[in-house]
Amino acid sequence: MMPRMDRSDGLFLYRQMLLIRRFEEKSAEMYALAKIAGFLHLYIGEEAIAVGTIAALRSDDYVISAYRDHGHCLARGSDPGHVMAEMFGKTTGLCHGKGGSMHLVDAPRRFMGGYAIVGGHIPLATGLAFATKYQALDLVTVCFFGEGAIPSGQAHEALNLAALWKLPVIFVCENNRYGMGTPAERAIALYADVAETARSYGITAERVDGMDVLAVRDVMRKVVAQVRAGQGPLFIEAMTYRFMGHSMSDPAHGHYRTKEEVEEYRKRDPLLLLKQTILSSNLGTEADFTQLEREVGEVMTTAVKFADESPFPAPSELYNEVLAE
Amino acid sequence: MLISYREALNQAMREEMRRNSRIFLIGEEVGYYQGAFKVSKGFVEEFGPQRVVDTPITEAGFTGLAIGAAMAGLHPIVELMTMNFGIVALDQSVNNAAKIRYMSGGQLSVPLVIRGPGSAAHQLGAQHSQSLEAWFCHVPGLKVIAPATPHDAKGLLKSAIRDKNPIIFIEAQLLYGTKGDVGDGEYTIPIGVAEVKRVGHDVTIVAYSKMLLLALEAADQLSREGIEVEVIDPRTLKPMDLPTIVASVKKTGRLVIVEEGWRFCGLGAQVAESVYTAAFDYLDAPIQRVTGEDVPMPYSRPLEDAAIPDKPRVIDAVKTVCGRR
Ligand SMILES: Cc1ncc(C[n+]2csc(CCOP(=O)(O)OP(=O)(O)O)c2C)c(N)n1
Ligand SMILES: [Mg+2]
Repeated sequence: MMPRMDRSDGLFLYRQMLLIRRFEEKSAEMYALAKIAGFLHLYIGEEAIAVGTIAALRSDDYVISAYRDHGHCLARGSDPGHVMAEMFGKTTGLCHGKGGSMHLVDAPRRFMGGYAIVGGHIPLATGLAFATKYQALDLVTVCFFGEGAIPSGQAHEALNLAALWKLPVIFVCENNRYGMGTPAERAIALYADVAETARSYGITAERVDGMDVLAVRDVMRKVVAQVRAGQGPLFIEAMTYRFMGHSMSDPAHGHYRTKEEVEEYRKRDPLLLLKQTILSSNLGTEADFTQLEREVGEVMTTAVKFADESPFPAPSELYNEVLAE
Repeated sequence: MLISYREALNQAMREEMRRNSRIFLIGEEVGYYQGAFKVSKGFVEEFGPQRVVDTPITEAGFTGLAIGAAMAGLHPIVELMTMNFGIVALDQSVNNAAKIRYMSGGQLSVPLVIRGPGSAAHQLGAQHSQSLEAWFCHVPGLKVIAPATPHDAKGLLKSAIRDKNPIIFIEAQLLYGTKGDVGDGEYTIPIGVAEVKRVGHDVTIVAYSKMLLLALEAADQLSREGIEVEVIDPRTLKPMDLPTIVASVKKTGRLVIVEEGWRFCGLGAQVAESVYTAAFDYLDAPIQRVTGEDVPMPYSRPLEDAAIPDKPRVIDAVKTVCGRR
C-alpha cells in the first residue's frame, strides 16, 4: 500500500489548506474594507475536503461546485491573484469580473464553476460525466455541494440519472451540518445518514471525516480509481463544519448555534490536525510551518496587490460574452 | 420536395447528426418510441441508443445534463415532449444555460438546442396549451426560434444546431402535419432574419409559428376585399429582425401583430414598442394586437376557440387600422 504521506506530500497538503485559510481571511478583511461586495461565503473549517479530494484527481478531470467555491478553485491551482481580482470585480479576474465570488470559473484547470442555485449544478455534473463517457475518455467529474442540496429535486434527478447510466461522477456532499441556519436534522429526513439518499438509487456511498485531509484523500483515491475504471457514480459524505457564519452578513455562531459548539469543532481544525500528524511523525518541524506561513503570506500580499491595482472593466464590456459569435 | 413539418425537423437533425458525431438527441421517448410526435422516426436505428438517448421523466435532470455535456464539448439537442414541461426545467435553461457563458467571462459556452412544441392543439386543457415564448425571449443569453413552415423549420433547425449558444426552438403540434416544399439538398437559414411571406402595401401583419398561417389566410380574404396585406414572419423571435418589420411599416403605415400567447407582457407588446420607437411618424393608426386571451386555456371547445386568435379577429384588427370598420 502507498504510504499515507511523506514529507513533501504532507507539507504540500498543509500548504494548500493554509493558502485557502489565509485567502479566506484576507477576503473577509477585504469585505470589511468594501473591496469585495455582494455575497461572500467562506470555506474556513472545510479546507480538508477540497484539498484532499482534488489531490486525488488528474489535472484533466472535471470539478464543479456550489457558491462556497473559493477553496475548490484554489485547490485546483487557480492563481490567487486572479481569484481575488474576480472578487474585487476587476477585469483581470478569472471571469473578467462578470462572475464574482460565487461564480468562479477556471476552464483551463477544468474548474467548471461555482453555482448559486442550491442543487442546480448537480445535473451539470452528470452532463460533464456524460460527455466524457460519450467520448470514451477516462475522466472523472467531481461535484461538490452542501448537505442543504440533498432535499432538492434536482439532486435526486441527478443521482437517478448518474446511477441509471453509470456515469463517471463523484458526488461529494460537504455536510457542515447547516444550510444557512437550518440544521440538517430539521431539513433532511435521513439526516443521520445523508449518504443513504444515494444508496437508495443504488449508488455506493460512504462517509468520511472531512476534517482529516489524509482520510479524505485516501477515500478519494480509492473512489476515483473505481469511477475511472467505469464502475459508475459514487457518493461521499464528508463530515465537516464551517467555523464562520453562512456568509458575511451572518456572525460566526448567530442564534441558530452556540459559541460553545463552534469552539468544540474548532478543536478539530483540519490544519491543526494535519500539523499535529506531521509533527508527531517527524515529517516536519515548527520551522517548516513558519516557512509555509511566510510563503503563503507573500502569495496573499501579491494577490491582494494585484487585485487592488487591476482596473475595473470598462462599461463597454457590458454586452460582451452574452452570446457566442 | 413536399414534406411535412415533422419530416423537415427529422431531416434537419438527421443531416446534422451525420455531419457531427458530437451531436446527440436526448429526451423522453425520443428513441424506441420515435418521439411523442414521431419527429425522431428512424433515429435510434440509424444512430444507436448512445446518440438517441431515452430519458426518464426528469426534465430538470436531463436538461441540466445536456447543459453540462455542452460545457464539455458535446452538442446536445434536447427534445421537450412539450414546452409546458420546460417549465420544470426552467431553472436549468434560465439560471444555467443562459448565464454560463457570461458568468464565466466567455470561458465556457453552451451550444445546445432545446426543442419541442409550444402553443395549443385541440382541447388539451390549461397545462398543455401554453405559448411561453415571451418567457424565454425575456432572458438575455438565449436565442428563440419559432418557424412556421417546413422549409423554415428545416433550415433554422440546422442553423440552431450549428450555433454556439443555447437556443429554444419552438414547434407546434398543429404544424407537425402541415406540408411544404423544402427543395432538394441541404440548406440553412440564418438565425435572426425575418421573411416577407406575402407582399402588400396597405397593412403589415407580423405573425409567427401557427399564427402565420392564420395571417396568410386572413390576407387572402382581405385581398378579395381590396386590402393588400404584407405579412412578415420574424421566424427568429430573439434576436428579432426589427429592421425588416420597420421597413415594411414605413411602407404601409399600419401594423397588426398576431400572437397566440397571452396579451399582457406578450411578445407583441415588445414588437409594438420597438416599432413605435423606430417609426412613430410613419404610423397612420395605432398598432393593433391580436393575442390569446389572458386566461388559463379552457377545455371546452367553444371556450377554447374564444381564447385563441382566429381569422375574424385578425381581419377585424386589419380593418380597424385601416379605418374600415
Ligand atoms: C434554490 C435555492 N434556494 C435558496 C437559496 C438561498 N440559499 C443560499 S445558501 C443556502 C443554504 C445552503 O446550505 P448548504 O447546501 O448546506 O451549503 P453550505 O452553505 O452549508 O455550504 C440557501 C438556502 C439558494 N441559493 N438556492
Ligand atoms: Mg451546509
